[in-house]
Amino acid sequence: MIQFLLNRELRTEQSLDPNVTVLNYLREHVGKTGTKEGCASGDCGACTVVVGELTGPAGAERIRYRTLNSCLTFVSSLHGKQLVTVEDLKHNAQLHQVQQAMVDCHGSQCGFCTPGFVMSLFALQKNAETADKAQAHEALAGNLCRCTGYRPILDAAEQSCCQKQPDQFDATEAETVERLKGIAPRETAELNSGDKRCLLPLTVADLADLYAANPQARLLAGGTDLALEVTQFHRELPVMIYVGHVEEMKQVVVTDEAIEIGAATPLTDCYAALAADYPDFGELLHRFASLQIRNQGTLGGNIGNASPIGDSPPLLIALGAQIVLRQGKAVRTLALEDYFIDYKVTARQEGEFIEKIIVPRPRGNQAFRAYKVSKRLDDDISAVCAAFNLVVEDGTVQSARIAFGGMAAIPKRAAACEQALTGAPWYPGVIEEACEALAQDFTPLTDFRASREYRLLTAQNLLRKCFLELQAPAYETRVTAYV
Amino acid sequence: MSNHAIVKTQEEIAALFRQDLVTGVGRSVKHDSAPKHVSGEAVYVDDRLEFPNQLHVYARMSDRAHARILKIDTTPCYAIPGVAIAITSQDVPGQLDIGAVAPGDPLLADGKVEFIGQPVIAVAADSLETARKAAMAAIIEYEDLEPVLDVVDALRKKHFVLDSHTHQRGDAEAALAAAPRRLTGSLHIGGQEHFYLETQVSSVMPTEDGGMIVYTSTQNPTEVQKLVAEVLGVPMNKIVIDMRRMGGGFGGKETQAAGPACLCAVIARLTGRPTKMRLPRMEDMTMTGKRHPFYVEYEVGFDDSGRLQGVRMDLAGNCGYSPDLSGSIVDRAMFHSDNAYYLGDALIHGHRCKTNTASNTAYRGFGGPQGMVAIEEIMDAIARHLGKDPLEVRKANYYGKHDRNVTHYYQTVEHNMLEEMTAELEASAEYARRRAEIRAFNEKSPVLKKGLALTPVKFGISFTASFLNQAGALVHVYTDGSIHLNHGGTEMGQGLHVKVAQVVAEVFQVDIDRIQITATNTDKVPNTSPTAASSGADLNGKAAQNAAQTIKQRLVEFAARHWNVTEEDVEFKNSQVRIRDQFVSFETLIQQAYFGQVSLSSTGFYRTPKIYYDRDKARGRPFYYYAYGAACSEVIVDTLTGEYKMLRSDILHDVGASLNPAIDIGQVEGGFVQGMGWLTMEELVWNAKGKLMTSGPASYKIPAVADMPLDLRVKLVENRKNPEDTVFHSKAVGEPPFMLGISVWCAIKDAVASLADYRVQPKIDAPATPERVLWGVEQMRKLKVAAAAVERTVEVEH
Repeated sequence: MIQFLLNRELRTEQSLDPNVTVLNYLREHVGKTGTKEGCASGDCGACTVVVGELTGPAGAERIRYRTLNSCLTFVSSLHGKQLVTVEDLKHNAQLHQVQQAMVDCHGSQCGFCTPGFVMSLFALQKNAETADKAQAHEALAGNLCRCTGYRPILDAAEQSCCQKQPDQFDATEAETVERLKGIAPRETAELNSGDKRCLLPLTVADLADLYAANPQARLLAGGTDLALEVTQFHRELPVMIYVGHVEEMKQVVVTDEAIEIGAATPLTDCYAALAADYPDFGELLHRFASLQIRNQGTLGGNIGNASPIGDSPPLLIALGAQIVLRQGKAVRTLALEDYFIDYKVTARQEGEFIEKIIVPRPRGNQAFRAYKVSKRLDDDISAVCAAFNLVVEDGTVQSARIAFGGMAAIPKRAAACEQALTGAPWYPGVIEEACEALAQDFTPLTDFRASREYRLLTAQNLLRKCFLELQAPAYETRVTAYV
Repeated sequence: MSNHAIVKTQEEIAALFRQDLVTGVGRSVKHDSAPKHVSGEAVYVDDRLEFPNQLHVYARMSDRAHARILKIDTTPCYAIPGVAIAITSQDVPGQLDIGAVAPGDPLLADGKVEFIGQPVIAVAADSLETARKAAMAAIIEYEDLEPVLDVVDALRKKHFVLDSHTHQRGDAEAALAAAPRRLTGSLHIGGQEHFYLETQVSSVMPTEDGGMIVYTSTQNPTEVQKLVAEVLGVPMNKIVIDMRRMGGGFGGKETQAAGPACLCAVIARLTGRPTKMRLPRMEDMTMTGKRHPFYVEYEVGFDDSGRLQGVRMDLAGNCGYSPDLSGSIVDRAMFHSDNAYYLGDALIHGHRCKTNTASNTAYRGFGGPQGMVAIEEIMDAIARHLGKDPLEVRKANYYGKHDRNVTHYYQTVEHNMLEEMTAELEASAEYARRRAEIRAFNEKSPVLKKGLALTPVKFGISFTASFLNQAGALVHVYTDGSIHLNHGGTEMGQGLHVKVAQVVAEVFQVDIDRIQITATNTDKVPNTSPTAASSGADLNGKAAQNAAQTIKQRLVEFAARHWNVTEEDVEFKNSQVRIRDQFVSFETLIQQAYFGQVSLSSTGFYRTPKIYYDRDKARGRPFYYYAYGAACSEVIVDTLTGEYKMLRSDILHDVGASLNPAIDIGQVEGGFVQGMGWLTMEELVWNAKGKLMTSGPASYKIPAVADMPLDLRVKLVENRKNPEDTVFHSKAVGEPPFMLGISVWCAIKDAVASLADYRVQPKIDAPATPERVLWGVEQMRKLKVAAAAVERTVEVEH
């Protein structure tokens, strides 16, 4: 049984197909059709809803509102949370401020994307202290509008953040906190229908036991990739184990040596620690899919699905990250680069799961640069993703860890390139030799994102760019500097 | 009839009468559906309450680009619980072909398939997922035939869906031969997915007498009505189309909405059950047509100032497998291959190439943008060749006001505003200063290069199939003074309904809140033209104006009779009516008119005057008028990756006397960003077998919020009424701003051209994806290296 608040209404679901997405639940089971399906793949944002969760220390809990794509979210992951949809914003026959701002600024034309934008604006207003253009861009990057060209929607963002007034959600927050505490999970929950099940453990130990007992189960974290199997590839997922309630796996711990990130930590929550140490990691995370996806998708999931074009693995490999794998009570640590074996083939054994990711802290003279190249700057998949982790002392390259995504069947280190650089003088001629070496490291593919020739040339050019940037030039080298 | 109205004093009514109407023509009235959009209350077809017993349809698509169908066995479909029926082309009771103008589009494949995505069978079940599963269970066997997938291949083989057509003025060959300078070139221009956020959807309810009520998301209700009637084999009067709103259209729902509606109707007929079909995104992108990709070859002759003397152009549209609207679309590409420029002696050929891909269709601009891109490429190429600023070459070629003002199809360009508009935009965008700054910036910036371009738009307004330039409306005034408005235009977000309501409000001088906007419905206004060609407000606004005017005239005549005054004594203003020196409210007049047995309902009709076109001679006046615009865009390009960012765009656009400035600016900005997307990041890619690989938003990227220019300054031309007698002297605005996006494409090429001192036109086809930009950069770098090598050789020899 799972329980959640649909705005203010307590919903209890016992026998619901765990493959049902929140979008289909709303439209087909509840009969609320304000939330729209634009793509059913998490790429357009028309289905954006907001989920409220308890946050803060015991006794001083608040509700944290975040957007997510309801088309990629299974109902099971709502357990213990509050779901807010576009129908819930109007109060006492009055539009909510973000809705009124959209009307005032002429922010809707055909109106089909509008409910999604309204929900993104609602979450922005809840989370932004002031009207900040960069924050508005970030909040809206996962919502596509084909009609307006976005200017009026950005105006609406500014208006609704500037004129923020308490709303009905603020007025009832204390009550909602109590109601959510009342339905907070206390034991492993289960949602099932026929022979389809989703299990929702609360501890790593329970997760390990359940996974060992059900090794055929699919681990559900953010679900932003897994749900595509249902919505795009029309497969059924008979057994899922949801890891989102395992608090131990959602912690980010920063020690002197390392940043330890629980595998179930949403990417949004990985940002602060990684960006503080590695600004380029932060820039990449800003461009990693959309805010809706980052609120859902986890760092462990981005590694676990073993995509050759996942954005975080090249960076993590270059940084020398390790992962902790767990199977029952057995725990082992593996260099991330050894996790990826071949296309979608990993070193993970049956019943084994990623518990956490360990990222070394930067050393004094270490330089880290990362680049993502895609057709669209925001919310796109990399044609090439590159990460350079270099130590240059007295004009000589002491060490080089270089990894690429999009260049091979797996995220992969550029061994020949690293070799060409290591011990060599930090000098343009050497860079050219290292660029040549990249051609030995990779034989990329041609697909709809880019040709093999473009991928290779761009990979080489990114090394050249890295070299230029480390000379601290007086000129800009990235178009992303223009915001 | 009851009357509970609160009676106002003469002074109160007189005071109201002296005030202006605030929701009439020219006001920035908000979109009528905006409060419903933002609250989720606006109902789209898929949001309608489901009918009891309703079926859901899934069409199984061909996975072959070209093949003979050897066998279809739908027996396995029925093994899946919940399946009601599986149909093939054999089960269509009436006519199978649903081609819009010419046949060629079977509702379901008939013996052969001609593209990957063509519907072969349709299955109806109690859920979409069940229907899909069942459809995939059918056994379909094919024998592959050789496909034609490449437009150049089709052009060389003369593999056409329709005959080629020519516009000719003067002797282009002689002019080319005589020109001091000549250039030849070719260009590929990509297609574009509409990506309306709401995919194609129809819901059909069978009625008595063998009819159907069809709720559908279409720009063309009358055509859906006609085609549903034809596939069922019943007269049109059995079929009613109801169309409240679309979640975006952009041309993609002009002909492409008919397929799902017709499949639903056939299944509803065969089963007697209400039936719905909504295409999932991947199916929508795979099955439906897109903007035509074009391949262009040109030869131009010009003088040392860059002024054209002769032009020969071959415009080859990739039409996909069937004609659809390609006849008119390639025509419009030809009509716009001059854009704003006097071509001199011109020979323009248009070809309609047949390939084994989805049948390409209407898309905002309707071929016009492709023609314009071709001539803008030529302008840039001439400028690079001569070492001139491209804007200088553009201005040198603008149509003259009194001479050099006849197009290659013999329409005289009247009321041309581009010279003044360009001057205004050049000044407000500080073109010259920024041009100099950009050159200085590029000198000092080895990796990032900036580019700048100012490009004009001249777009012809009217359907080039002249008979389509007609519209109807229906207005009722009820006895309480409330007004019911209906017309043949459809609402796809462009604000047509609010504009037409403003027109009616203006005629009656009543507040727009009094006017109920209603779903477009074929049993209210029949025989409508599609809402397309930017014509929605021009045509339907005039028709509604005429309907309202008819009722108003009856009211005036009645009032004169009733109060014994002259007609000149009766004046409407701000929901009040002055009758010589007495005032009554609008409601009072309406009540009195009702008691006076006056008809308070009227149809209205409009047809566009002045236009004619003889296609055989390729001469005439196909366009009632032209809409003008100009945009100046600045971009920054990363020469190591080909990535770019839009820094600033200044736009000046002509909408005549705007019916609604806020709505018009929305069209200008939205059109510009859509045009920019077409020419930059939106890339359609097919694999070697003809399968569309970019069949969803994960792979096909339309502009997102961060892609809009960091600084966007949009202005409508002020105080310039349309000199023609259009509805309140406004101009059409749907399509023309789309082509303002060409400025971005030209600015990207300008940035790349800086790498070779602006003396060579980089070969960057559209869309200018980062990859194409990087290859342009490489082309420039190699030229630079070669030039440097020559210089060194020369030095050594000396």
